[in-house]
Amino acid sequence: MAGHYPIRSATKKLGMWLFILSDSLTFSALLFGYSYVRIATPQWPKPFAFYPSVIYATVMTACLLSSSLTMVMAVNASAKGDRSGVVKWIIGTIIGGSAFLILHIREWMHLIEEGLHPYATPAEWGPNVPLFGGTFFTITGLHMFHVLTGVVYLAIIAARKKSTHEDVEICGLYWHFVDLVWMFVFPLIYLLSIKPS
Amino acid sequence: MSGQDSHGNSGSKLYLIVWFGLIALTGIEVFLGYKQLPLNVMLAMLMGLSLVKAALIIFYFMHMKFEKTALILTILPAMIIVISLLSIFFPDAQRLIEHSANR
Repeated sequence: MAGHYPIRSATKKLGMWLFILSDSLTFSALLFGYSYVRIATPQWPKPFAFYPSVIYATVMTACLLSSSLTMVMAVNASAKGDRSGVVKWIIGTIIGGSAFLILHIREWMHLIEEGLHPYATPAEWGPNVPLFGGTFFTITGLHMFHVLTGVVYLAIIAARKKSTHEDVEICGLYWHFVDLVWMFVFPLIYLLSIKPS
Repeated sequence: MSGQDSHGNSGSKLYLIVWFGLIALTGIEVFLGYKQLPLNVMLAMLMGLSLVKAALIIFYFMHMKFEKTALILTILPAMIIVISLLSIFFPDAQRLIEHSANR
């Protein structure tokens, strides 16, 4: 049997894994591109104060990590056929994801007010490095869009009565992937750009 | 699905431990940021820690550990090799920085 069905994985799940494979390349290309311009630009700004900016981003990270925990609990409940448990844990995940989104948008608004644009850095940050704004808004924006999509996806899975265990499981795969991407965005964008004290 | 049935409460405990691990690793990363080590040391340590975090998420939260070997072999090696190949751009970034230093 194993010879005929070597992967023995449901098609939807394999599809999600292949999507994750391609999406991880999109994010990798962006992060490598960011690293490239960063290495090649000696006057790259380091604008994030340890407090409050980095602490703020750490809280965002904790929200996302905790939402991954609630998601895995939802998949666990789903494996046991506990439908109300699934809905409860997915709502927890949506709250974590939404908290991340709200904090992230507030941070964006704050930076835009300060004068950071996709084409310019604020005058107080030293020489203008347009690529800082360009890469920052592209990478965090694309990630934010993934989180937003994930929240909608989770809401649909929780609301649909027809959702099977497989649906919950692959929705979880997507959510964890979004979390995983942030594990690279956070150190590369924030922790490597801490304002020297 | 594969490997799900054997979980249950012990599974929840395992996930909680993994979550604690991820939070702790994030704490170490932030501490490194606070210490302000030289950029290349920071980069190496942060990427190392992030790879550990990514592996924890992929193997436990995304259940890769409990999947069929054939699925793991279909997804992971391709992902790792192609992402690693992107490093081919870095010598050029180095060239640009030397170019601007010589100007």
